[in-house]
Amino acid sequence: MRKPDSPVVITEYRNGPLLVRGDFQLLDADGQEIPTTRRTVALCRCGRSSQKPWCDSSHKLVRQSRRAASPSTSTD
Amino acid sequence: MSITADSSTPLSPERWEPPLPHPRGPISEVVLTALSRDPGDLAAIPAPTGDPLSDDDLHLALYLCYELHYRGFAGVNPRWEWNPALLAARERLEAPFESALRAAYPVDPLREGEDVRAGLLRIADLPGPALSPYLRDKATKEQFLEVIVLRSAYRLKESDPHSFAIPRLENKAKAALVEIEYDEFGSGRADQIHAVLYRDSMNAMGLDARYGAYLDLVPGIALATVNVMSLFGLHRRFRAAAVGHLAIAEMTSALSNKRQADGLRRLGFDPIATRFFDEHVIADSVHDVIALNDMAGGLAAQEPELVDDILFGASAGTGLDHALARYIFDRWESERSSLRSALGAVDSDSLESRLTS
Repeated sequence: MRKPDSPVVITEYRNGPLLVRGDFQLLDADGQEIPTTRRTVALCRCGRSSQKPWCDSSHKLVRQSRRAASPSTSTD
Repeated sequence: MSITADSSTPLSPERWEPPLPHPRGPISEVVLTALSRDPGDLAAIPAPTGDPLSDDDLHLALYLCYELHYRGFAGVNPRWEWNPALLAARERLEAPFESALRAAYPVDPLREGEDVRAGLLRIADLPGPALSPYLRDKATKEQFLEVIVLRSAYRLKESDPHSFAIPRLENKAKAALVEIEYDEFGSGRADQIHAVLYRDSMNAMGLDARYGAYLDLVPGIALATVNVMSLFGLHRRFRAAAVGHLAIAEMTSALSNKRQADGLRRLGFDPIATRFFDEHVIADSVHDVIALNDMAGGLAAQEPELVDDILFGASAGTGLDHALARYIFDRWESERSSLRSALGAVDSDSLESRLTS
């Protein structure tokens, strides 16, 4: 496993969530640990996830509806 | 973290070996006849005549050849896996399949220079039949179970085909593929392996969760979606296509799985039945960005000449999935089962008892 002194890495992905890798602990507003079995997690940063703090890909729905509204316009 | 004794639950049936299926024509007949004997020569493979993207006979025969590399079949000598005559026969089936894939899913219109990311996003946005919204809002229980069975040919070995690409990649692309696969295979917990979650879901729906139990019911057009992954996984020259195939699957999976989980809840299925789908909403939201940026993007950065192959893998996977969804809708519209014969194995009484009220 990782050495204790190796830092947790948080990576920003374009038009996507923040990915967290490393020996991290995630706490809720009351200081309680939010359990996960996953080594790499994705944190919502668009505010639309129904399973916050995790990303549930809801950001894609915005992109899809924008595309449907103006199919000739690239949203990238 | 507490330390416990081995907590692995007995996941029956662990020692099940799938039986050989019934032949669907002269090609699968030749392969089945061979596999029931000791390894040696095969009779000549008749030239495939049906649509190479969906033909029942061709795709069952190809599936049989590939399956020797995964779980094998009861009573079949495992030495068939590398038998030169069988590999030569397999090549005769792969050639028309590959040609048809390249003709049906050309890469040129998808290219945006060497920006593999833009090309993959374009493929992810291709319009297709709205199967997952239908499953969420309208599908009957019987229709949903048909889709569960159709997809079982892949999901009971989920991610196995792409893992063949691991030793053929290096650096960032390899690390990204393994990061995804580690999660697919349960992050060190056998009961969290995605294929095991699918088995649990099938059990909870009253279906037969034994690997390959429904093979005779799965039409060629659905086996083609599995065979394409084995084609890409088992040939090093297709390693970038395997990457593209996995990338597009991960990029389009989370929302589709969310709809399917909601559809199962609408039909009254319990959390054990929906677990596979619920898990994929969060898991594939992680895998999505790793697959697109680190795995496919990483491979394209290392080997720009592989961009076309990455897009080909993604385009072929998407195209075959859309063709299967169209087939399913066509069959339902003419009030036929999307399986080769209707699902009779589900005891509706035992299913009702599993449904929450």
